[in-house]
Amino acid sequence: MNGKYLYPFLAVCLLALIAWVGSDVFGLRLLFGVILPYAAVVVFFVGFVKRMLDWARSPVPFRIPSTAGQAKTLDWLPQNKIDSPFTTAGVVARMFLEVVTFRSLFRNTKMKINPDGRIAYDLEVFLWLAALAFHYTFLVVLLRHARFFLDPLPLPFEILETIDTFVQIGQPTISLSSFVLLAAVLYLFIRRLYIANVRYISLASDYFPLFLIIGIVLSGILMRYFFKVDVATAKEITYGLTTFQLPALAKLKEVGAIFYIHMFFVSVLLAYFPWSKLMHLGGIFLSPTRNLANNNRAVRHVNPWNYPVKVHTYEEYEDDFREKMIEAGLPVDKKE
Amino acid sequence: MSDLPKNDELFSKLDHRPSGGGDWMDTPIDIRPGMYCYTANPKSMETLSAPNARKWNPMEEDWLLPDNWQEIIHEGLKDRLERFRSLKIFMDICVRCGACSDKCHYFIGTGDPKNMPVLRAELLRSVYRNDFTTAGKIFGRVAGARPMTLEVLKEWWYYFFQCSECRRCSIFCPYGIDTAEITILGRELLNLLGLNIDWIATPVSNCYQTGNHLGIQPHAFKDMLEFFVEDIEDITGVNVMPNFNKKGADILFITPSGDVFADPGTYTCMGYLMLFHFLKEKYGLDVTWSTYASEGGNFGFFTSHETMKRLNAKMYAEAKRLGVKWIIGGECGHMWRVIHQYMDTMNGPADHLEAPVNPITGTKFENAASTKMVHIAEFTADLIKHGKLDLDPSRNDNLRLTFHDSCNPSRGMGLLEEPRYVIRNVAKHFYDMPANTIRENTFCCGSGSGLNAGEDMELRMAGGLPRANAVKHMNQKYDVNMLACVCAIDRAALPDLMSYWDTGADVIGVHELVGNALILPGEKERETDLRGEDLPGREEEADE
Ligand code: SF4
Ligand code: SF4
Repeated sequence: MNGKYLYPFLAVCLLALIAWVGSDVFGLRLLFGVILPYAAVVVFFVGFVKRMLDWARSPVPFRIPSTAGQAKTLDWLPQNKIDSPFTTAGVVARMFLEVVTFRSLFRNTKMKINPDGRIAYDLEVFLWLAALAFHYTFLVVLLRHARFFLDPLPLPFEILETIDTFVQIGQPTISLSSFVLLAAVLYLFIRRLYIANVRYISLASDYFPLFLIIGIVLSGILMRYFFKVDVATAKEITYGLTTFQLPALAKLKEVGAIFYIHMFFVSVLLAYFPWSKLMHLGGIFLSPTRNLANNNRAVRHVNPWNYPVKVHTYEEYEDDFREKMIEAGLPVDKKE
Repeated sequence: MSDLPKNDELFSKLDHRPSGGGDWMDTPIDIRPGMYCYTANPKSMETLSAPNARKWNPMEEDWLLPDNWQEIIHEGLKDRLERFRSLKIFMDICVRCGACSDKCHYFIGTGDPKNMPVLRAELLRSVYRNDFTTAGKIFGRVAGARPMTLEVLKEWWYYFFQCSECRRCSIFCPYGIDTAEITILGRELLNLLGLNIDWIATPVSNCYQTGNHLGIQPHAFKDMLEFFVEDIEDITGVNVMPNFNKKGADILFITPSGDVFADPGTYTCMGYLMLFHFLKEKYGLDVTWSTYASEGGNFGFFTSHETMKRLNAKMYAEAKRLGVKWIIGGECGHMWRVIHQYMDTMNGPADHLEAPVNPITGTKFENAASTKMVHIAEFTADLIKHGKLDLDPSRNDNLRLTFHDSCNPSRGMGLLEEPRYVIRNVAKHFYDMPANTIRENTFCCGSGSGLNAGEDMELRMAGGLPRANAVKHMNQKYDVNMLACVCAIDRAALPDLMSYWDTGADVIGVHELVGNALILPGEKERETDLRGEDLPGREEEADE
């Protein structure tokens, strides 16, 4: 058995248990419904900013973009303005496409050795598709939750929700995003498990967030479609949190344990986020191979810690070889 | 030297699934002859006062390390995390998605899972987690952390010298994580303990002392070029004698010394000599070579940032001493990464030089306005575009060409079109390899970053497999018989690779093609190309 996914799985089960027992058996609803969510949000924001500042504190001594297209050189040669950006606008376009469309991941190929001995590198889009599906539906789900925190709900959120629930099968309305998100995260998990090389490189810290997110989505789906927790009550609680009007204990008792499990998972994810690989969300913006222009020879980049080094000067060199140079008819600076 | 397995043996035993399925941290390191380079000669290390110079053997248990080596590594890593944002970010944000895993030519050619870029990086990352992250300190191995042990150090050494710093992985990574950067800094750490290889340390020492990697002394350097001048005179009837260390010349020309030394690079070198002679005769352009700055390459780059800077300093210093206007650099891969991405920052600003303008065409090389160094392919492409060269491409008619993009010009510079433009104008038959194997997707020759020694031939041939495989395909499909390139290490490494994998192709520098096609003022009718082989259409006449 592989502890790399077993431990995280057990950890997430344990978290669920803690939230259930804590809220239901011990009645610690204030803790799970109010205190921990607040604490998690604080940890998230403080941690996120701290990590970004910590990265930013280290300088970028050299301008090292990875170029993925023709540089700007001679006027008549077509420059690839995005993959080999010369200007800030180009860099912004490159970063935008990277962050919004996962452009580099879209390049992904799969190496295969054909029976005739030729090695092929075919386009492999599934990782890219799953990654896009995962991140975007996560975003939609997140935005959809705005109804729990904003009142009245601004129009864009209304529209989003209308689109998200366009397939209607009875009551309550089905949010497509939740299910696509679940499918995507399950795919990412299965892929990690079944592609031998990916399993080989995976760590417990790669499985943990997957299980946690699966837990969040499942508890959310259960809450909405099966336990049918009263939305109005849930909203009263969450809205109270955003407006710093602490919900009454009676209200907190009206929602079942599943609500607290969901809240606890989310709190753990928030608090875990800044200290984990999930920080790629912030890190990508600081990645020096992507966020710098390929204008190296046109604009000098300054290294703040550049220091003088010992070199072998021409004078020393000539001292070493003067006679031989004179003999060979090479010009010298100092004739003895 | 170890026995090199036959190509079909190497190919058929390729397996890209990690065997056993256990934990990579538990897989013991197996240092195999044929896969590593001999260790640095202590004498060479002393030239630059590198620490812990001694004789040592990687096959032996004891690597003769200083007692406090763990502390040195820890402090070294800490220092670099503070100085390089790249390192810090790359240590923290990898999600192990595996997109980079099968992009490395060493993984494709060896199937060794630790040659997957992500795992190569994890070798260092695991220690980073242990030493510098809270999660690593608390959860240890569950968090992917492990303490620095001798085994780990050996793994670092073995695998950081199985990465050619080609950056192919970084193109595919959604966050631009560049394992080359990690290797560069990893090797820097290894060098703190004196763990360099001789194929890097000795060229570095030579370059520092005599001006070039091969240790060619000034008079010998001149002799060697004069030898080419004689050869060219035999073939063309024209004496193309260059200037050496000439003060007040217009342009300083710097190229890798490998091309002065060994075939087929020597023919590329002859191409340069002919081009500059042509420009001198027709347009009065005065170019000088230097015996002091007689190395374009920079194996210091494969040692540490500091060593790179110490070797690179000669370029601007010599340009200043000679009072030239600007610099042209010859065909080379890593040399151009250093010039393009590091030189101006490290050793600039070069205020003693002028922003480069081609006096013949009037072209301002705006892209090189600050660094003041122009790539020879940019320079020649500009000349051709303006119709300034007299060319007879039919002299290359026997060649069916394809082009190997070197890693550094492609992914560390973006020089893709210039060499192709030049080739198309000096030769008729040119076919690009499949898109996933060229340009920014290009595969390494398998011998880059100082790994082109003799004793690691198996590593080189394995790492070069993807490149060779694509060339062989071109040979079968289009009868391609010549692989053009703009890199001196390619010219030294690719011929062995091409023959090992039976690709049916030989190797040629772009400026050898130029030299063949260029019609020198007053030349006699040529019978042969620069290699002394009959020109196309001349074979029958020669037989008569
Ligand atoms: S592609 Fe990037 S994020 Fe994915 S495993 Fe490789 S280095 Fe890590
Ligand atoms: S830089 Fe090149 S050689 Fe090194 S790990 Fe990445 S792909 Fe492999």
